[in-house]
Amino acid sequence: MIRLEKVTKIYPGTNVPAVNDVDLEVQKGEICVLIGSSGCGKTTLMRMINRLIPITSGTIYIDDQNILDIDPIELRRHIGYAIQQIGLFPHMTVYDNIATVPRLLKWEKKRIDERVDELLNLVQLEPAQFRHRYPRELSGGQAQRIGVARAMATDPPVMLMDEPFGAIDPINREVLQDEFLKIQSQIKKTIVFITHDIHEAIKMGDRITLLDAGRLVQFGTPEELLTNPKNQFVKDFVGADRALKRLDLLKVRDAMLENPVHCHESDDVASVAQAMREKGLNFLLVNDPRDRLKGYVTLRDLYDQSGKVGDFTKPMTLTVRPEQNLKDALSKMLTFDIGIVVAVDNDGKLMGVLNTMTLAQVVGQTYDEHGGRWGKITAGGKIL
Amino acid sequence: MKGSLNKLSGGGRAWTLIALALAFAAGAWFESLGFFEFTKDNTDEIWILFVEHVQLVLISSAISIGIGVPTGILLTRGFMRRYRNSSLNLLGICQTVPSLAVIAIAMTYLGIGKKTAIFALVIYGLLPIIRNSVAGLANVDPVILDAGRGIGMNPRQLLFRIELPNALYIILAGIRTSMVINVGTAAMSFLVGGGGLGDLIFSGIAMVDPGYMLAGAVPTAALAIFLNWFLGKVEGWAISPGLIYEQSGASDI
Ligand SMILES: Nc1ncnc2c1ncn2[C@@H]1O[C@H](COP(=O)(O)OP(=O)(O)OP(=O)(O)O)[C@@H](O)[C@H]1O
Ligand SMILES: [Mg+2]
Repeated sequence: MIRLEKVTKIYPGTNVPAVNDVDLEVQKGEICVLIGSSGCGKTTLMRMINRLIPITSGTIYIDDQNILDIDPIELRRHIGYAIQQIGLFPHMTVYDNIATVPRLLKWEKKRIDERVDELLNLVQLEPAQFRHRYPRELSGGQAQRIGVARAMATDPPVMLMDEPFGAIDPINREVLQDEFLKIQSQIKKTIVFITHDIHEAIKMGDRITLLDAGRLVQFGTPEELLTNPKNQFVKDFVGADRALKRLDLLKVRDAMLENPVHCHESDDVASVAQAMREKGLNFLLVNDPRDRLKGYVTLRDLYDQSGKVGDFTKPMTLTVRPEQNLKDALSKMLTFDIGIVVAVDNDGKLMGVLNTMTLAQVVGQTYDEHGGRWGKITAGGKIL
Repeated sequence: MKGSLNKLSGGGRAWTLIALALAFAAGAWFESLGFFEFTKDNTDEIWILFVEHVQLVLISSAISIGIGVPTGILLTRGFMRRYRNSSLNLLGICQTVPSLAVIAIAMTYLGIGKKTAIFALVIYGLLPIIRNSVAGLANVDPVILDAGRGIGMNPRQLLFRIELPNALYIILAGIRTSMVINVGTAAMSFLVGGGGLGDLIFSGIAMVDPGYMLAGAVPTAALAIFLNWFLGKVEGWAISPGLIYEQSGASDI
């Protein structure tokens, strides 16, 4: 746990504080994202935590111990720090860069070898290919990933990451973010994470701290910042499209209409067509006997036919999984211009349905107090 | 003689070619001056003076490096930073004193002999080493120092693992300059009874005997060229391949 009490930093020779009277508490095992415009004091705040910058006034505690009572070298060896400018050592190979702290801590060679490979895999760089390269032989994004790996080398319980994915292309960034979150869910480090990117903040943060000109403007969960911005500054910062940003935050599961109306492939065509007409449905989902989604039928296809619905079913290629976020779902929906997207689980079981109406409601403020689950929307269940 | 030597020491392939052509022309000329004949008749004596010369150069350079690099390190530590420029200026002024004068001054205090010669050579060889050590260390990218500090290196680890390896190219270049100049300056040791190839050079000049003079000058130049080449190899071996870009960028320093 990291706790800041009334922390202020005034750089010598300046009179405006770079960090001004900040109170902050980062819980153990949580990612706290620092966000704010350039020059608002994020890096300054972070560097006070590992004593790279002396505090002007106020106190910082790590696990209830005042950091001024800890030897700074000792402190830094137990806090992983990925600096904003990356700062790989140019005279060392990737291997040596990552191995720096393990060597300072006198690890055995075999253990270091294993750890380096593990970390390279983690940051999506092929160990055999990159281990012996020098930093000048890396792209900016690759160098940044090595920087992150170096910071994580000894598996420190606390990590400070200053824009760790800033130089990485959007696709790889997503991959790294996901990878990082996956590990974080297992190892539960206490992380302070700086970013400029509100999307990244929403995705990565358990809490978000918004800073402006050295002051803490709002501290809260991503959900709180988006739905309940404290003032105009926060509103502007999270963007006029903050409702849309909630799409990053919400899962398909949160918005989907569960147990949507459907039929079974063995159902009789005439009865299904009759029921569809009564309900005003033009399309209908079809399940197989084990409740897995088989596809869909249209009323027109069933018109004047007889037999089993299964014979008229068309496959449904476009599906999402309940744990995907709404942004992905919406983008699929828009790309294929179908106004509906079906959620199935990994076994292909029909879980729910999203359509533009349910989406519009969930991104608006009107979602109900049950955390956005769609209990209110009527669902017919099995049509017959 | 020193002028042409410096040109060669800074040289690349082009200079080597020019030097070879000159050497060929010079060979014919030297022959007419009686150089080869003299050398053949006095090989043993020349060899003894050569070894003496090498000793002067190696001992004085070793001391210069031993004093110069640590001084450079000291001058770049945080607490010394404000003395840095004044120290370098002072050293720069010292350097403008001709080497002959340094030797003369040293002689008035230390008398005559090898010690005086070495003392003077040390003083004279110090500046390029200190200046380059300071420049090399002061120019290490602050970002990587910051990264080193951030991951918990103490000042000593920072110095040996980060600063020196990154400053090595410039420091070694200073050592090379110092040693190559030293080979020429060491010829003056003769004037204070320090021995070395200066014996032949100055006697040759005094006796207006070009063959005699060249018997001293040619091995001196050869030694300088060899040292320059050898130290270049040492640099290639000692400097991390990761710094190769910096290396080519810095070669003009
Ligand atoms: N060493 C310093 N001396 C004086 N002022 C400084 C120093 N370092 C930073 N500042 C000032 O302190 C303020 C905060 O800087 P800081 O580096 O913390 O910003 P930041 O939020 O990390 O910005 P960015 O997003 O651009 O990295 C800035 O106005 C900056 O100019
Ligand atoms: Mg910053």
